[in-house]
Amino acid sequence: MSEAAISGAGTMPGSSTLVDDWSADKQAYHVPWGKAMMWIFLVSDTFIFTCFLTGYLHVRLTTTEPWPLQSEIFALSFGGDPIPLILIAIMTFILITSSGTMALAVNFGYRRDKAKTFWFMVATAAFGASFVGMQAFEWSKLILEEGVRPWGNPFGAAQFGSIFFMITGFHGLHVTAGVIYLLTVAFKVKKGHYDKKGYEIVEIAGLYWHFVDLVWVFIFAFFYLL
Amino acid sequence: MAYVPLADQDSEMEMHHPHSWVTKYVWSQDHKVIAIQYGGLAIAVGVVALVLSLLMRMQLGFPETFDLIDPSSYYQSVTMHGMIMVVYMLTALLLGGFGNYLIPLMCGARDMVFPFLNMLSVWVYALSVIILMASFFVDGGPTGAGWTLYPPQTAMAGTPGHDMGIVLMLLSLAVFIVAFTMGGLNYVTTILQYRCRGLTMMRLPLTVWGIFIATILGLFAFPALLVSAIMMLFDMLLGTSFFMPAVIESGTPLDHNGGSPILFQHLFWFFGHPEVYIVALPAFGLVSDVLSTHARKNIFGYRMMVWAIIAIGGLSFIVWAHHMYVSGMNPYFGFFFATTTLIIAVPTALKVYNWVLTLWEGDIRLNAPMYFAIGFIFTFIHGGLTGLFLGNVVIDLPLSDTYFVVAHFHMVMGVSPVLVIFAALYHWYPKVTGRMFHEGMAKAHFWCTFLGTYAIYLPMHYLGFLGVPRRYYAMGSTDFIPESAQDLNVTITYAALFVGAAQLLFFINIFWSLRNGEKAGPNPWGSASLEWQTPDTPPVHGNWGDELPTVYRWAYDYSVPGAHEDFIPQNVPESVEPTADEQHFDPDHDTSKADV
Repeated sequence: MSEAAISGAGTMPGSSTLVDDWSADKQAYHVPWGKAMMWIFLVSDTFIFTCFLTGYLHVRLTTTEPWPLQSEIFALSFGGDPIPLILIAIMTFILITSSGTMALAVNFGYRRDKAKTFWFMVATAAFGASFVGMQAFEWSKLILEEGVRPWGNPFGAAQFGSIFFMITGFHGLHVTAGVIYLLTVAFKVKKGHYDKKGYEIVEIAGLYWHFVDLVWVFIFAFFYLL
Repeated sequence: MAYVPLADQDSEMEMHHPHSWVTKYVWSQDHKVIAIQYGGLAIAVGVVALVLSLLMRMQLGFPETFDLIDPSSYYQSVTMHGMIMVVYMLTALLLGGFGNYLIPLMCGARDMVFPFLNMLSVWVYALSVIILMASFFVDGGPTGAGWTLYPPQTAMAGTPGHDMGIVLMLLSLAVFIVAFTMGGLNYVTTILQYRCRGLTMMRLPLTVWGIFIATILGLFAFPALLVSAIMMLFDMLLGTSFFMPAVIESGTPLDHNGGSPILFQHLFWFFGHPEVYIVALPAFGLVSDVLSTHARKNIFGYRMMVWAIIAIGGLSFIVWAHHMYVSGMNPYFGFFFATTTLIIAVPTALKVYNWVLTLWEGDIRLNAPMYFAIGFIFTFIHGGLTGLFLGNVVIDLPLSDTYFVVAHFHMVMGVSPVLVIFAALYHWYPKVTGRMFHEGMAKAHFWCTFLGTYAIYLPMHYLGFLGVPRRYYAMGSTDFIPESAQDLNVTITYAALFVGAAQLLFFINIFWSLRNGEKAGPNPWGSASLEWQTPDTPPVHGNWGDELPTVYRWAYDYSVPGAHEDFIPQNVPESVEPTADEQHFDPDHDTSKADV
């Protein structure tokens, strides 16, 4: 007998399995404990970033001075005219690419291809590290050359700098933590630490990594583009 | 994927059996030891907060008598009393203490899913307490901004502790949230993923449901507090202006401009209101189990109780601005938040009716835990009804920031959860220690506490109607406050000192009974839920010996017709004893496992 048959006719497909999962004496989700916990953590973390972003939007409305033009501040010139947001575009591209390599690592993890899993995880971590590196470059350029400080900047509302350092800093910490996490897991994969336990850990690390990327998309849209 | 009953998944559980005294009692990964560490520390800081409240009462009852209490130290006492009681005492004790002890036992699990993280949680909590307590010893003392920490007042020179005190407070809160998150993830995952065979969600005791939903609320609400703490720390340390508008202090403008104090209020209360239910929901759950056990009757409307907990949890996220009616907001917002606030009364009242109906025609055993549980119903109805007053905008405006508000929240989220905590501590004391407490002393403790709290908080409602403002150091000579108000204040202070002293009965009782109490046996109350069915009392590391239990019924099979005793433990098969459980689910003949 199938699960759908037990829960009775008339229920939507899919919903019946959900109801069955929750009303049975088994785990509510067919996933390892770590994965369930990571999902719950990520939902909680989503609330943190949502609070940051709504706080930012609110402060941007209440501040009395004009908001600086991001496209001018975040512009780089390679000899010719400055190109707006070019560094941020590259950073975004790199981070999204790293999500792709992470997905490949997860795939090879489930195929128990340790070498490829390892190298794709290292590649992901390298992309992440270069993202943080470029962020450090962006910070130092703003601080040293353009005089942006958390408490004030030459372009307009002081909150611009405050928000910038706080949100990109908090996200940068997440990326840095992710790089360390990925490398730890990658080396354990290489050593065969998970041969017995299974390779779900790669996917769990991947969940975190994709989340950090997704958050960046929102930061990019709300802070740099809006 | 083939069905694997949870009980057979022991391989995922890595048990670290302790080898030395240190790993057994200090760096312990056993949820029961962690629970006692959490609970003990929470009660200890609770005592600090209690002493602070007595200092406040002495000042209010006898102004200009004690040199020790000046306006600054009065405000610091107000602030620290509130913050400690709400966050460091109630939250930590109900979730960290009772959550840790009861979740694995009631779920038939060996431990939390990640014991190491659980151990980190309690020690990070200890760190947050140390940081908080350190603020008493820095220059300027702890912050005196009130437990809501509203800016810009927190940062103004007139507020005590506006430099180091507030920084340590915010830091301590941030650390506490980290600790809570580590514990909370464990509680939720354990309940979802590590229930024993036969234990469906709808067979969980209401304690577990209350703690489960409260923890989810915490995981979604504490982020708002974390963010506001980080932003305010930036304001304090880096000179940013997230919450600080342009302020002129004694003629000089401060270095802040363009921030929004209202933003802080929104963030704070987006945390602050769910926080009320983070405290209340576990208390609802615990009291349901205590009432049902000692009334020898199944909990009335179990499913309704579960859905009420979920509904209250959901609604608690869309009512926060009822704390901000006087902050100024669009009248339509006030209308919205008043409506949602009053809707919460529906599931809450439903729970109260169900508790009363559980008692109805029950075979009530008036044991000490039952005293406290029934006392809770009184104080909770009382505090809940005044909540209906304050939920309405037009009634809230004149009552806002008066002693009516103080009376309301102390009845509903101060005294009520504390009575439940005492009920629960006495109820589970025999399981935790293996010995009975002294019944007479516990009942004396109940009467002093219960009647004493009414003597304290009932008059406060009248003070509030008179318009006596809260948080005032001294009333001075104010025309609208009659002199008789001071008589009430003196009475309240005597009552408060009496109740404070009466808590000694509790401490004497639990420590005296550790050695001198009667041996309790495994199940002194004749309770049906799983934690009383452990092979050892107190339960040992791993809880269940060689084999995890199998559950055949809900946790409320009391006085079932045809049964041999007036309770049937959850792990007794239906073939042996009948059940009153509506849900006929037999793990030995579970069709849903057949060919999945």
